Amino acid sequence: MSLNYLDFEKKIAEFDEKIDGLRRVNQGAGLDLSMEEEIANLREKSLEMTRSIFSELSASQVAQLARHPLRPHTTDYIKEIFTDFDELCGDRAFADDAAIIGGTARLNDQPVMIIGQQKGRDTAEKVRRNFGMPKPEGYRKALRLMEMAERFKMPILTFIDTAGAYPGLGAEERGQSEAIAKNLLVMSRLQVPIICTIIGEGGSGGALAIGVGDRVNMLQYSIYSVISPEGCASILWQSAEYAAAAAEAMGVTAERVKSLDLIDDIIEEPIGGAHRSPADAAKGIKQKIMDQLAVLQTMKPDELIEARYQKLMSYGYC
Amino acid sequence: MNWIEKILPKTKSSRRRNIPEGVWTQCKSCNATIYHQEMQKLLGVCPKCEHHNKVSARERLTFFLDEGIEAELGEELEPQDVLKFKDIKKYKDKISIAQKKTKEKDALVVMKGKVKGAPVVACAFEYGFMGGSMGAVVGARFIKAVEACLEENIPLVCFAASGGARMQEALMSLMQMAKTSAGLAKMREKGLPYISVMTHPTYGGVSASLAMLGDVNIAEPKALIGFAGPRVIEQTIRQTLPEGFQRSEFLLEHGAIDMIVDRREMRDTIARLIQKFMYHVSDEKSATA
Repeated sequence: MSLNYLDFEKKIAEFDEKIDGLRRVNQGAGLDLSMEEEIANLREKSLEMTRSIFSELSASQVAQLARHPLRPHTTDYIKEIFTDFDELCGDRAFADDAAIIGGTARLNDQPVMIIGQQKGRDTAEKVRRNFGMPKPEGYRKALRLMEMAERFKMPILTFIDTAGAYPGLGAEERGQSEAIAKNLLVMSRLQVPIICTIIGEGGSGGALAIGVGDRVNMLQYSIYSVISPEGCASILWQSAEYAAAAAEAMGVTAERVKSLDLIDDIIEEPIGGAHRSPADAAKGIKQKIMDQLAVLQTMKPDELIEARYQKLMSYGYC
Repeated sequence: MNWIEKILPKTKSSRRRNIPEGVWTQCKSCNATIYHQEMQKLLGVCPKCEHHNKVSARERLTFFLDEGIEAELGEELEPQDVLKFKDIKKYKDKISIAQKKTKEKDALVVMKGKVKGAPVVACAFEYGFMGGSMGAVVGARFIKAVEACLEENIPLVCFAASGGARMQEALMSLMQMAKTSAGLAKMREKGLPYISVMTHPTYGGVSASLAMLGDVNIAEPKALIGFAGPRVIEQTIRQTLPEGFQRSEFLLEHGAIDMIVDRREMRDTIARLIQKFMYHVSDEKSATA
């Protein structure tokens, strides 16, 4: 089975293999109309199968999709959605953290500041980007760019995709906790609109550190959680093998998170997940951001900050 | 009635008199056996080795504040099992066990009072309540503390002791990090001081929000403080961590905190700090002007 298919997609893979096989034969033998019909038939069945499997995914299956090796990353969406992207680097104090990328771009004509976590695609890039797990310098770069956006009246758009903030020796030495905390504090008062979109994994404080906004969106098959399902399982079940149960119990899916009013909107993904058609996934994100920005840009800075504050105060049951 | 009498349990008198555990207490560090009452007088600081043993949230606030606490804030708030969370045990059962054990409804206690005459709101985490974990009630009580400060123009002091966010409240507990930090941002805008005291241990979501955001960050000696726990870091980097890693002294050296303060000096130190920070709005200034 190719990397394209997860274990629960086995039946879809079988259909798709058959379709590919038939197509190869048909190309060799010249056009055969009955075979074309057969292919169309199979494709319809494959789609139907996909729809049915995807209509009842478990939380841990959604987590698999959120971490899919082919899932579009921040840079993929930047290319699809924006123009004139100029990457801006460094925290001006210690280093440039490649696990977070940021920079200015245009959304249609509107200049915006983009900040997002980046996991890396091949092994070399993954290592360079520390698998998308930011260190304090990454969060401090993000903070620098957000404060810059405020000065130049640019809306801030963040793309969240991280297993979490990096748990390493250097990260602790340089104040991982403080870096995250400071972002939470500053983001709550920034005078420009902030729209946060979880595109893959929203892992704990490491995700939240660029996740305080006027609107928070989740892609349909992204996850957002206080701790990874594996981490939760190893603490509460005393074994990481219970990760699926932990994912279910914590309710990491967009649907569950939305039902608790902890996010604003769910952005639908192409059938089979964003990686099946990154361009379509990007279209959905772009439309949502444009709609939300249109509303937020009518608000005065004071109103914006007050509404954001009230939203933050509403989190919880008391 | 002095503060010790106030915090000693009233009901446990005669029946338990002959049970040694209630009379004696053992230092967690040097194992010295000390009279429980003596240890309480010493605020849990061992007279033999100076180890800062754990004290309850209520004990801490009662010692920290002047006699005559004005009000407890947010005591009406109770934890709820919104997610019907169940691991090996039900969250609901864990709540009732923790409540029975600690006599607290949740892991944060907030009180309004005075420190050496200066009005203040002080809160303390109860580590005995599910590891001092932060869920919706902790967040809401912290915001009550912040709101009281904003309303009356007074400083906030927080004693943290927590393993982090409360997993049983899932993403709702993560959001308490953003909620409490947003409250503190308002304190800053209004020029009201916030003193954060980190005690052993302070980790995860509490460390990465309200605990690290003090105008002054204070730690008790030898407290373990960090974002990720030592075990997680060792598993990630596959090497043994250096001696003293994540201790208060390590944090001071790396610039994360302003000072390490012995528990017996805490009240004096914080009173001195907030009097200076509040000078610009105080009677003291108008008297000398």
